[in-house]
Amino acid sequence: MTITINHFLLVSFLLFAIGFFGVIVRRNFLTLLMSIELMLNAVNLNLIAFSHRLSDLTGQVFAVFVITIAAGEAAIGLALTISFFRQRRTLNVEEADVLRG
Amino acid sequence: MTGVLLTGTAGWIFVVFAVLALGTAVAVIVAKNPVHSALFLLSSFLLVACIFFLQQAEFVGTVQILVYAGGIMVLFLFVIMLVHQRTVKGTTAFQNQWDIALLLTPFFLIPFLYILGTEKFVDVPVKPDAFRMAGGKLLGNTQAVAEALYRDYLLPFEVASVFLLVAMIGAVVLGKRSTEKMD
Repeated sequence: MTITINHFLLVSFLLFAIGFFGVIVRRNFLTLLMSIELMLNAVNLNLIAFSHRLSDLTGQVFAVFVITIAAGEAAIGLALTISFFRQRRTLNVEEADVLRG
Repeated sequence: MTGVLLTGTAGWIFVVFAVLALGTAVAVIVAKNPVHSALFLLSSFLLVACIFFLQQAEFVGTVQILVYAGGIMVLFLFVIMLVHQRTVKGTTAFQNQWDIALLLTPFFLIPFLYILGTEKFVDVPVKPDAFRMAGGKLLGNTQAVAEALYRDYLLPFEVASVFLLVAMIGAVVLGKRSTEKMD
């Protein structure tokens, strides 16, 4: 089986699309955050594939940065989830309709 | 043929990992129980890390396992247990936004397929040791990434540390129970 950059792009696109669908269709706050993580992972896959394709290390370095961003995003998102759950006793995103804490 | 990334057995291994990663990603979205979602997400991360290993990105693959599988997943599982909610009967896990989702699909799919069909990515000479050269010597992938990270990308690296500090303070402030509202 011969794999070119197009196969990687296809897999990465599908992974991103699955994450995007999850963000749109799910109600649960936590599953929403997981979908965002999936999308970031798809970006990483692209970075690594092009890094391999171009024999350039830069893609790998930036994949590390993306992982850093994902970690920070998860921490903030989960803290928001907890403070939201304390107020409303639910995780439904449709309940999140006020900005004050 | 130029631009071939993986051949033979490695190619088939990639196909297996990619199909499994996509399948577990779908399972993340479909699973009703958040704990199941989290565990499917964990397996998806591990499979993507395996794809990284296939492409000579050993350091990124290891970081992926350490940070995602080790750190973020534990955080997710803790929060799932903290906000443990009984599944309410009669409510669905999905919103009524399938129509919007399906409507948006062509907006992404058509440009993607167009690019995939027409774009010819530039051919560059393959440097087999590009991911292992550090300081002009043939060392490991970790040394090579470290050299690029600490020399060429030192400023982004420092900015990332500031970002993590901000994220940490933000998480503490958001997660703190406000003292006035305690009853």
